This record gives sequence, structure tokens and C-alpha cells, in this order.
Amino acid sequence: MNRWLHHRFVGFGYLAIAAVAVVVGTFLSLVMRIHLAWPEYVFPVHGIIKPEEYLALVTMHGTMMLFFVMTVAPLSAFSNLILPAQIGATRMSFPRLNLFAMLLTGFSFLVLCAAFVVPGGAPIGGWTAYPPLSVSALAGPGQGLGMDLWLASIALFGIASTAGAVNTLTTIVKRRCPGMSWTRLPLTVWAWLTANMLAVIAFSVLLAALVLLFCDRHLDTTFFIPTTDLINGVQVVSPGAHRGSGSPLLWLHLFWFFGHPEVYIAILPGMGLTSMVLANFAHRRVFGYRIMIATTVLIGMLGILVWGHHMFVAGLNPFAGALFSVSSLAIALPSSAKVLSWLATSWRSRMRLDTPALFALGFVSLFIAGGLTGPILAQPILDEFLHNTFFVVAHFHLIMALAGVFGLFCATYYWFPLLFGTKLNEGLGKWHFWLTILFAYSTFLPMHLTGIAGEPRHYAQLNGMAGPAATLLAATLPLQRHVSSSAIALATAQLLFLFNLIWTLKRRIPAGTNPWNATTMEWAPPLTPVRTFRGPCEYSDDGQSFRPQWSEDALQSIERE
Amino acid sequence: MPTILTPPEIRRHAEEEHHLGENDNGNGRRPPTDKKTGGNGDGDNWDARPQGRRGPRERLKQARIGLFLAVAADAMFFIALVGAFFVQRVSGHFDAYNRYINEWLPITLPSILWINTAMLFLSSVTAEIARQGMFHEHDALEEWIGLGRPISKRAGLWLGATLFFGALFLAGQFAAWQQLSLQHVYASDNPSSHYFYLITIAHAIHLAIGIGALLTAMMILRKGRSLLTRQVWVDCSVWYWHAMGLLWVGLFLLLEFGQ
Repeated sequence: MNRWLHHRFVGFGYLAIAAVAVVVGTFLSLVMRIHLAWPEYVFPVHGIIKPEEYLALVTMHGTMMLFFVMTVAPLSAFSNLILPAQIGATRMSFPRLNLFAMLLTGFSFLVLCAAFVVPGGAPIGGWTAYPPLSVSALAGPGQGLGMDLWLASIALFGIASTAGAVNTLTTIVKRRCPGMSWTRLPLTVWAWLTANMLAVIAFSVLLAALVLLFCDRHLDTTFFIPTTDLINGVQVVSPGAHRGSGSPLLWLHLFWFFGHPEVYIAILPGMGLTSMVLANFAHRRVFGYRIMIATTVLIGMLGILVWGHHMFVAGLNPFAGALFSVSSLAIALPSSAKVLSWLATSWRSRMRLDTPALFALGFVSLFIAGGLTGPILAQPILDEFLHNTFFVVAHFHLIMALAGVFGLFCATYYWFPLLFGTKLNEGLGKWHFWLTILFAYSTFLPMHLTGIAGEPRHYAQLNGMAGPAATLLAATLPLQRHVSSSAIALATAQLLFLFNLIWTLKRRIPAGTNPWNATTMEWAPPLTPVRTFRGPCEYSDDGQSFRPQWSEDALQSIERE
Repeated sequence: MPTILTPPEIRRHAEEEHHLGENDNGNGRRPPTDKKTGGNGDGDNWDARPQGRRGPRERLKQARIGLFLAVAADAMFFIALVGAFFVQRVSGHFDAYNRYINEWLPITLPSILWINTAMLFLSSVTAEIARQGMFHEHDALEEWIGLGRPISKRAGLWLGATLFFGALFLAGQFAAWQQLSLQHVYASDNPSSHYFYLITIAHAIHLAIGIGALLTAMMILRKGRSLLTRQVWVDCSVWYWHAMGLLWVGLFLLLEFGQ
């Protein structure tokens, strides 16, 4: 097969896109944080950040991180690198479609970045692009051409993700090796399966919403534009247009029908990997394996039904709000089952605390810390106050962004020997983990407090205004300064990882074929006949030996490193 | 990115698949006919074999699953549009006198759409004849052995007929838009006309993609080397065509009776 069509190549391509996006997105967030904490700071080259520029930073940070990092890396990159080997497939079902999806994703990222340099700059509507402000170029700089580029980029990204999901799902259904039954599939594969199903279901709806928004912007329709809509005192009427009964709420419905499954796409692969890695390093079976499969699928299914909890204060029918509240609270059940399984798997197991295991435990910790605020926000009456405050920012950063990133780090440390034939340095890895989790909590926990104090999201400046509300707002500044310092430290700590990467790849001390004593198929020694004999994570009760999926009877003993 | 991603000493999976010759799908040179087992009696099923060796229909099944998923994603696109259609049909606003105003004015559809629907139905019939012809066992065997191309020639003709009717449908849609514009019904007039134009144009784009797929399938019928490849292309493009036809029936009924 042509090397370009090989799934490893495609996976590395996705990984490269995600790496560029994460660097740019992190840089944007640091600029934001510095401006929020020290609004008078004059940036070199650029100067002081204007409010509309701050909004552009928020928008592009959210878009890049959510689409091009938290979707591309867990859903596309690692599934291409690892999944075929895990199910014993030599290739993907549709390699050309796969390559096309990867190249289209890269192209859509370029289109998004182009928004920085067009007249007016990047869009300022937030990653959710709510109308009516996203409908009109009058709404501010960046809402003209920048917004159009944003729409085009996300539309292309949606098409690419759907194409990639079609390929991955077909591969899982049709290309499993002999013996690889559904219940023997590793939980990572189940998570990828569920996340890709969500991608197939949700991205098309986003595409429909983007088409409607594009029509509103350029073809004089009124899907989202309410009657006599004023922007900056100007009535939004195009010549000859019938202006009337559009509703921004329609956009919210369509957008969040995609947007909520999207955050599950970001986190589900991390959940699957955490289960496998904890079992691997604890030398235990996964606690409640079939129930873990069920909870993965259940979280995915419920994830489609809860989009309305983003709209409690947007004019949603209160009865619908009650239903969405109940369905959102219901997600806590499978999520708790997962957490209990992780805890039970690691409980008194004398786990080998190598870096991947640490990051998996960090994932569990962040998942609990971020998840506990979920049911709080799922109450319409509490959301009435907390909506669009920093409390929400703290919640989704902990549970989606950081837990997801910990999942990605876990994957990188865990599969590095498989991808590059050498282990990342353990000492540096442990330093990296402890610094990252420390600064992660120190960055995002205080945001809960400023959120409860009422600090809204998307505010470019907290001080320098008059009035009692402004006094309250300015009171959050000290905490925000701490958060900003923490965020800078958090970003700096990632340089350790970069150094580790370069250093390891320079030295390339060969690792064995199965350095972690793992049981899943991707670690099978070369030239093993591809066949599965049992489920994953079959470790003996004393934790001294294990039966890998690929060998018929051999009980392999665990070497103590 | 380094050129060598995995050092050769730990390469686990063969990069190259065994390259198969013409008329050989890796199943011991079996003809692509519909057999349920691997040929060793009841206990032998294809799925217990290594992938790539799971019978003559392995690629076809895979392509169908892929197509099904893609069409499902597409269906979600139209479900979103139709959902928005229903929402906007009943929504309105309060005017300055606190009266509830619903501005939805149903448009009368041009009757040519009925003719278009019939054309699309005919095109699906011819497409189905082409598709089923690809799997006639006797002819498939002949073609697979290399005694001429009876199947491909016939399927090409039927696909040509499908293309003809499909093109008629698109021309008919264009005529419908023309008629509406002559009556001064434009896309920007009213919420209902937004949706009429949006839905019909979105469907027409999908049908144009279908025409592209049929053209590709016809080209593969001429140039494709293995019978299996030709079967896969014809089968999948025809199933896509059927899906778009069925979708049109739903959308047309919605626009005709749902406004």
C-alpha cells in the first residue's frame, strides 16, 4: 500500500495538526489571561489588547482547542495510530477516505487561521457563534470576512470528521481479526466507536446550522434574525429582505445538538484509555468490564439528549428545561459507575506508578473534580445565576479540556514505545505530571469562586469602571491574577514534556515489544499470527502473571522493572 | 515528522498487503457469487478467517456499511433542516401592539414537481435493474472467468438510462425554480420560501453528487479491472441513488402537504 494511505501516516498527520493547534490555542489563552489580569500591559509588537481583540482571542482559543485539539487528537489521531492494531486489522476499511479526511482537516485549520489576517481580523462571536450578532457584519470587526472564514472552516471540519468517522466505524465493524468478539474489544475501541457514532450523528446537524447561518448572512433569509433586530442602533435589514420571524433560539437548538455530543467526543476516548491503563498498571482485570462497555455507550446516547441544558436562560420553554435537567442529571449515573470502576480497579492494587498510570489517575481526579459541578449546572435554577459566569468556564475546563488533555498525555506516554520504539524518560515524565496537575488545579479551581462571585465570561476587563456592579467585578481581580500566574506556570511546565520528547527521540534507547506488560493486541510481538483468544486485561489474581490477548495459552510472568 | 516512524526492528504489522492479481480476490480464486460459508460445511463461516480472506463479498459488505453510515449522517443533515422547518412554521413574534404575528405564508408548489418525482422514481427503477444485474450468478461467472463482459455492458446501459432520468429531474427542478421566480416568489420572501429553496437546492446538490457517483461507476464499468470493483461501485452508487430518491419523496410530501 502507498505509504500515504497507511493509517499510521494519517494518524501522525492528525497529531501534527493537533500539535500546531494546541500551541497556537495555548498562546492565545495566555495573551487573554495576561490582559485580563494586567489590562494595562503593553504587549510587544502588538500593544494593548482592545476589547474586541480580546473577544477574538476567546473565540479562536475555543474553536481551536475544541475542534482542532480535543476532537482531532483523541478521536482521529490516536484512533488512526492505535485502533487497527488493537482490533488486529492490518489496514483501515477506506484508506483513501481516511487520508482525504486528514488533509481536509488540515486545510480547514488553515482556513481558520486565515481569519487572523483578513481585514477586520478574527470573529468575535465566541466558539458558539450565537446569532443575531453572528448574522451581521455590523456586530463588530471580524464578524464580516473573519466570520465567513470561521463558518467555512467549521463546515469543512465537520465534513472531514464525518468522513473519518465513517471509515473508523466500518473498520471496527468489519475488520476485527478472528476471535475479536464485541465483548473482547478493548474499552478504548468501545470509546472510539461511541465517539465516532456521535460524530456521524452530530456533525451533520452542525453543518445544517452553518448553512442556515450562511444563508442569513448572505442570501437575505431570516432563519435566526428576529423582528426589528437592532445592532449598534442600526436595524439589520438587507435591501429587499423580508425581515421577521427568525429566532436565535433555533440556532441554539441546532448548535447544541451538535455541541454537547462534541464535548463527549472529546472525553470518551480518554475514559476508555483510563480504564485500560489503570487495569494494566494495577495488573488487575477491569472492574465490571461489560458494565463499563454499557456505560460508555449509555453516556454517548444520553449525550445526544441533553443539549437543552445550555439554553436554560436563553428563553427555552421551562417545561423543556425540566426535562433537559433530568436527562443531564441522568448522565451522572453512568459517569459515577465509571469512576467507581476506576477506583475499584486501582483499590489496594499496589499500582506501578509509571507516568501513564499517573496521568490516568490524574484523569480520574480531574473527572471527579470537574464532574461534580455538572449536576450543579444541570439545575435550571442554579444555572440562572451561574450561566455564563467563570463557574461554567471552570467546570468545562476541568472536565473536558484538562481531563481530555490528561487522557492525551496518558496516551502519548503509554503508546510512545509502540510508535517510536523507545520510552519517554520516566523522571521527567513524573515531574511533568506533578507540575501539570498542581498548576491545573491552581488555575481552574479559583475560577469557581470568581464565578460564584458573579464574574461573567468574555469580559475583557474587570476594573476601571464605575458603579456598585463594577466594584463587585473588580473584587475578583486578585484571584484572576493568581489564575493568570498559574496559567503561565502551567504552560511553562509543558516545556518539560517538549524537552522530554526531543531528548528521548535523540537517544532512542530501545524499549521491548511490550514494556508495560500490556495485554491488548497492539503490543503483540512481531510475526505473531493475528488472532484473539480472550478479552483484554487478564491478569492473574496475585498480579504476577498475565495472559495476553494474542497468545493461546501462554501465561506470561510480569518482570519487575 | 521523521520519515521512519517506527524503527524496522519493532515493526509489528506488515505495511504491504499481499498484492492480488486480476480476478483474484484472495479467496482462492472464487467467483464473486453469494455463498454463505467458506465452503467447508456448516461450521465454517467467513468471519473466522483473516480479514481480506472473508469471501468474495467482503469488500462489498464493507462498502455498504460505509455508505450506510454516510447516508445516516446525511439524513441527520436533512432531519435538522426539517426540524427547523417545523419550528419556524409555528413560531412568530409580538408586534408593537402586543399582537402575536405569524408570518408563515405557504407557497403553492409548481405542479411540475409531481412529474419530477415520477422521473426520479423511474430512474431508481432503472438503477435497481442495473444493480441486480451485476449479481446474476451465471453471467457473473462468465465475466469473472473472462468470457466477455455481458454484465458490465448491460449495467452500463441501464445506468445510462438512470442518468438520463436523473438529469431530467434536475432540469425539472430548475424549471420549477424558474416558474416560481416568474411568479415573484423568491427565496428571501418568506420563511416558507426560505425552506422551499433551501431544501430543494440542498437535495439537488446531493443528487448532483449522485450523478457524479453514477458517472464514476460507469467509468469503472469500462476501466475497472476486477468484477468485484465494478460490483462495489455500481452497488453503492445505486444504493446512494435510492436513498436520495426516498429522501426526495419525504421532502416533497413535506413541502406539498406540510406547509
